[in-house]
Amino acid sequence: MKPRQKRTLYIVLAVAAVGLAVGLVLNALKDNVSLYFTPTQVYNKEAPQGRSFRIGGLVEEGSIQREKDGLTVHFMITDLKQKLPVVYKGILPDLFKEGKGVVAQGKMEADGVMHASEVLAKHDENYMPPEAADALKKAEATSAVSAPAAK
Amino acid sequence: MIPELGHFSLIVALSLAIVLGVLPIWGAARNNPVLMGVARPLAYGQLVFISLAFAALAYAFLGNDFSVLYVAQHSNSQLPGQYRFAAIWGGHEGSLLLWALLLSVWTAGVAMFSRHLPEEMVARVLGVMGLISVGFLLFMLFTSSPFDRLLPAAADGRDLNPLLQDPGLVIHPPMLYMGYVGFSVAYAFAISALLGGKLDATWARWSRPWTTVAWVFMTIGIALGSGWAYYELGWGGWWFWDPVENASFMPWLLGTALIHSLAVTEKRGAFKSWTVLLAIAAFSFSLLGTFLVRSGVLTSVHSFAADPKRGIFILSFLVLVIGASLLLFAWRAPKVGLGGKFDMLSRESLLLSNNVLLSVASASVFIGTLYPLFMDALGYGKLSVGPPYFEAVFVPLMMPMVFMMGLGPLARWKKMAVPDLAQRVKWAFASALVLALLLPLLMGRFLSLESNKWSPMIVLGLLMAFWIISTLFVGLRQRLAGHGAFMARVRKQSLSYYGMQLAHLGVALFIIGVTLVKGYETERDVRMNVGDTVVAGGYEFRFNGVTETEGPNYVAGVGHVTVSHDGKIVGELTPEKRQYNVSGMPLTEAAIQTGVFRDLYVSLGEPIPESEGAWAVRVYIKPFIDWIWAGTLLMALGGILAVSDRRYRIHKKAAVVPTIDQGAA
Repeated sequence: MKPRQKRTLYIVLAVAAVGLAVGLVLNALKDNVSLYFTPTQVYNKEAPQGRSFRIGGLVEEGSIQREKDGLTVHFMITDLKQKLPVVYKGILPDLFKEGKGVVAQGKMEADGVMHASEVLAKHDENYMPPEAADALKKAEATSAVSAPAAK
Repeated sequence: MIPELGHFSLIVALSLAIVLGVLPIWGAARNNPVLMGVARPLAYGQLVFISLAFAALAYAFLGNDFSVLYVAQHSNSQLPGQYRFAAIWGGHEGSLLLWALLLSVWTAGVAMFSRHLPEEMVARVLGVMGLISVGFLLFMLFTSSPFDRLLPAAADGRDLNPLLQDPGLVIHPPMLYMGYVGFSVAYAFAISALLGGKLDATWARWSRPWTTVAWVFMTIGIALGSGWAYYELGWGGWWFWDPVENASFMPWLLGTALIHSLAVTEKRGAFKSWTVLLAIAAFSFSLLGTFLVRSGVLTSVHSFAADPKRGIFILSFLVLVIGASLLLFAWRAPKVGLGGKFDMLSRESLLLSNNVLLSVASASVFIGTLYPLFMDALGYGKLSVGPPYFEAVFVPLMMPMVFMMGLGPLARWKKMAVPDLAQRVKWAFASALVLALLLPLLMGRFLSLESNKWSPMIVLGLLMAFWIISTLFVGLRQRLAGHGAFMARVRKQSLSYYGMQLAHLGVALFIIGVTLVKGYETERDVRMNVGDTVVAGGYEFRFNGVTETEGPNYVAGVGHVTVSHDGKIVGELTPEKRQYNVSGMPLTEAAIQTGVFRDLYVSLGEPIPESEGAWAVRVYIKPFIDWIWAGTLLMALGGILAVSDRRYRIHKKAAVVPTIDQGAA
């Protein structure tokens, strides 16, 4: 092969490799991105049905209820405006507490309850997950203009 | 008074760094030996003053000086001594100081061990490192001084986050930072070479040992962080693809590419521009890592209070460093040329392909990490990218890489015929394939699982690992076979050759660990009454209840779990649920019994209300998980072997004669 042909070949190979990687990335992103919603958005039916998403807010005071098996937990996530019932089976993180920020990932089922596959509370006591903070801020903003439909 | 002295030392260090960043580079351009000569004393002076500042902060921490804001925020009089010291880097300001300190250590190191280098090279390298130091010191002095006072002084401190009160966390940040900062040396060498316009093999040889040392530190640092996550976060995972983990992983991937690329540039003079670009990229990603971790744009256990001013400062610094180096590169690189020629199939081409794959892998991690940020900034709402993304992209990219990693050391430089190479490895491949197909059939019984689990992913993982090992043997045989004394030939091989083989073996062990723990782990979350047993992966766990105990700065419930296997007691595990006195923060301390072939892992969930001492308990069997860290440590050890190679301890005379070593890649 002449040097010129060889260089062309290298370029073709490199482009192919990058193309392959881009394909992989896009394909993986399509399936593995979960969107965040606030309890108010879920109440307004903006969240997808039958698809996993994330929700942020506070664990409502007095809402934690454990079933007899000791592992299934029911609680409410609130942005202080609307709230959403969540059920989770498993061991919760250390900093999961009433009145504290939380992020849950899961699907809405027909019973109107979010079945969470993952519950995250952050590593620091004083620290609020930004998604939870964001949900509170949004809820506050909409009530300030007292127009819930305003987006 | 002492904190003020610390602050003052930082100002002195900054002025030294400014002079260091200007005079020697200018001197090198004008060929003025006096100006170049100031580089070394300045580098030492900078180290002295930053050490003084660090000592001042350490003094404030150890002496519980809560009139210093940073100390009050991150320490407490109840905190045990070693954690009071580690609390220095428990927050944003202190970790920056640690960063600056390590940078000055590296700078002084280069000043000390560069007697054999030409004076202008030393001047430029130290000058570039001085400029980086200027950036960090300015950042510290203007936005985040650890010496700010708190008036009136606090009665006691807010305490260190309990998660960070752990021996692993005492050494993890310094190790990782040594790696991050160490890449600045490779970067400084690359920039100096560009400035000087002399990009030859000598440049690569000089920066190789430094790069490898930085890489070793980084490898150990990442391994420690991953180990910490495994036993401290209580979920039994060893890698979460957390943005901050990714922030250290990206420069590691590029650093790995860089040490291989440097080898080719040194030995064959090939892909010079690419190596320079990698050196720039590796350090840029280290800076990006700092930006991601310290600015608070990404949230995780590592991100401290977000302050937009800091984020903007680091971002501007980042843009300046990357922009300036790329401009310099664009201006100078065309003169460099591509260097040595090589064929489609040769050791060079295999190494180049792996370089590309590592860089692409790094880019894909970058996309996954920053995608949520971009989408948020563009107003598409908040979203998160989960671990499945990273696995889906990363694994397919690593498969061809591992395949070529086996071939690389066997291939000849410059030109290799396909049939010849195939001939060399056909038995290696066949044996790896057969083993990978058969082993899963025995694994179930070996790990006393209910069933044998044979899945394509397990076979694939094992195939990759065995392929590395079998080609490694082929390589060793090639090197050591022949007539005459065997031991003499063993001794004749260079240390860097053995270093490479050891590091590659580490990759194989790592892959075995990942494959088997993913394929065969058992995880059970159960409610357990006192006296209950649960069976997981052939082990029986008996829960004997929880007792109260008191630590130095916490109270804890200690669970007692007896583990038996085939009726024989294997051990007693005592997981803890701690409540820290000062912060009131709860913490789960998992109990782990480590074994060569499996870890037993128990952690406590919550007590179950309205029961007689029942708890939610998490029981894991993690087969081969420690191979992950054993593999990583072997990689680091390989790096250490490689740098202890005789030819790096070159004296002035030897430096002139290029040591042609046919060995390591």
